[in-house]
Amino acid sequence: MCTYLTEKISISGSGKGPSGWFRVTDASVYFDHPVHAPAEHTLNIDFLDPGAGPSARVAVELTAESARALVKAIEATLESVPPGLL
Amino acid sequence: MYDAMLAESITITGHDGDEIEAYAARTLQPGPVGGVVVIHHLPGYDRQTAEFTRALAAGGYNAVMPNLYHREAPGASPDDAMAAARAKGVIPIPDERVVGEVAGAAAYLRGLTNSNGKVGVIGHCSGGRQAFLAAVSLPLDAAVDCYGGFVNRTPPGGHPLQGWQPLIDKTASLSCPLLGLFGVEDSAPSPADVAELEEALKAHGRTYEFHSYEGAGHAFLGVDRPSYRPEAAVDAWQRIWTWFGKYLAA
Repeated sequence: MCTYLTEKISISGSGKGPSGWFRVTDASVYFDHPVHAPAEHTLNIDFLDPGAGPSARVAVELTAESARALVKAIEATLESVPPGLL
Repeated sequence: MYDAMLAESITITGHDGDEIEAYAARTLQPGPVGGVVVIHHLPGYDRQTAEFTRALAAGGYNAVMPNLYHREAPGASPDDAMAAARAKGVIPIPDERVVGEVAGAAAYLRGLTNSNGKVGVIGHCSGGRQAFLAAVSLPLDAAVDCYGGFVNRTPPGGHPLQGWQPLIDKTASLSCPLLGLFGVEDSAPSPADVAELEEALKAHGRTYEFHSYEGAGHAFLGVDRPSYRPEAAVDAWQRIWTWFGKYLAA
């Protein structure tokens, strides 16, 4: 099934695409059919700079298990940051 | 059978008279032949659906697939266009706009010199729902719904389809015979959804034929997906050829 669901957030940072580095201002997060991953549904994240056009995108398609592991790794990394850096 | 074709990206006039990109695969038979509008799935106007479009041309039809995300990202690669449409909040594409794009594609097909004037529609996944949408909204000659979800019902609260009129309510307006191809292991449409739609078609005296495949779920026709089920897909393709052969013939 198509879920059609998309979470959109504003972000600040940079990503590297086929044309090199670019700033990312937006992200879309959705669990739906992937384009490339060998699974029927994946947790997909697009890091975007809409102002630079549709190709200013870094995309990942992750299994649900991988996505949860990534969330834990990100949280663990941020929690281990030395005081004063965040 | 003479199977030469011409396949290329073209521009058609879509919803509101706007020009949009489409992929056409036309048989080079002198005709007259029928035409088929192919509606791509949610991941977009992709290589796989272009292959499906060419397969129909190789089978003796004129086929065209409108790019439903062209407006959000003209000239972009299909996956980037899908992502742009998501980021702009237009997935799902409004039904009125889809109907306009399909109407434009159908007009293109009817205008071809080898056309017999008959046009069908086929779609997969979200495109299956949209094939049903087109068939209850436009004068067509045949329709094929491949596992289109959310025809009968809208999902629970907070879903972007919430508030949209269930298409099953428009069954009385179905303009053409409908072939439905489903997987028993699918959850949207579930076997109960398929049964409910079948009851509505019966109640309104519509011509239809449904096939639900054991051991198959959603997207069983997708040859490069783990959901691919060769036995179901081979039978489904035969049903498609028979359906279009019956209702789109000269």
